[in-house]
Amino acid sequence: MSGGHQQHPARVVAHGHDDHHGHTHADHGSLKSYTTGFVLAVILTAIPFWLVMGKVFDKSSTTGLVLLGFAAVQIVVHMVYFLHMNTKSEGGWSMLALIFTIMLVFIMLSGSLWVMYHLNHNMMPGMMPDTTEVVPESMQAMPEMPGMPKTHDMQHMQHMQ
Amino acid sequence: MSDITMNPAGAANPSARFYTREHHPENGTLLGFWLYLMSDCLIFACLFATYAVLGRNYAGGPTGAELFDLPLVAVNTSLLLLSSITYGFAMLEMQRKRQGATLAWLAVTGILGACFIGFELYEFAHLIHEGYGPQRSGFLTSFFALVSTHGLHVSFGIVWLVTLMFQVKRHGLTAENGRRLMCLSMFWHFLDVVWIGVFTFVYLMGVLP
Repeated sequence: MSGGHQQHPARVVAHGHDDHHGHTHADHGSLKSYTTGFVLAVILTAIPFWLVMGKVFDKSSTTGLVLLGFAAVQIVVHMVYFLHMNTKSEGGWSMLALIFTIMLVFIMLSGSLWVMYHLNHNMMPGMMPDTTEVVPESMQAMPEMPGMPKTHDMQHMQHMQ
Repeated sequence: MSDITMNPAGAANPSARFYTREHHPENGTLLGFWLYLMSDCLIFACLFATYAVLGRNYAGGPTGAELFDLPLVAVNTSLLLLSSITYGFAMLEMQRKRQGATLAWLAVTGILGACFIGFELYEFAHLIHEGYGPQRSGFLTSFFALVSTHGLHVSFGIVWLVTLMFQVKRHGLTAENGRRLMCLSMFWHFLDVVWIGVFTFVYLMGVLP
């Protein structure tokens, strides 16, 4: 009985609380913040397209790095102005989740690229388009693998046939 | 006895504890939805990693520079960016409790999203018609997997948006509908963030020599 009475007034007060709605206003952006974000996003989108379509840089590695830089800045702009990320929202928990996700994404991307780059170079010399000419040499230079028939065994088998 | 002493105290002086207890569930939904978005982000990260590994394995087929139509991508990017700001306007109108304006901005957002999907389907149909479907090469497999996953997200976002428009029309801008619109807002802006990665990493860097 007393428990029910304790809950009720609090609920009424919380629903009728004006600060509650004022709080949500502050959290969810204003016309100014949306417009600022939009203008920044348009600029940060237009420059990369101009860089690529206008062929501004000669080296494509330079262009690639600049593009990645612009993308990173634009993602931050979207996070701040559209998704309203800050260190205080949800008591800091959403920021913590975001940092954790960025860490996982970084490990996954860099790890995949690192492993697969080495795999391509060490395991499949004949499959890479840029190493096509050196196929016979690299195939001979490859150490023989356990479980595979030895080269002289295979020659022996051919003689037998 | 305790009833009499507790009750007026609770009504006259709501402690921070009561406030937190009532405030928490709403935040809980938004935080939970944010965690869902983060896990979705990991799905996209896997697809981006796949594209990063396979993106130059053309198997003698066409390269990104031969296939990608950058003006079309620019149009698509601007459509999605515009839909982000129109959704923002819908949220601002929702805060002002103007139902008609909210619905109008939501409709504009949905139409922009539908145009985006339309252009993307046109691009896919064109590629498949030319014989450059996902089975052609590792590059095209990872390209279709990544871009169509994003497109599927946008499509389901549009379904969600239309559902919410009917909800708002029927029940008005209640607290529940406000919460749902907030979640969709995060979803929609998140898809725009993913698209930044797609147009930069897949399309723009794909056409570089």
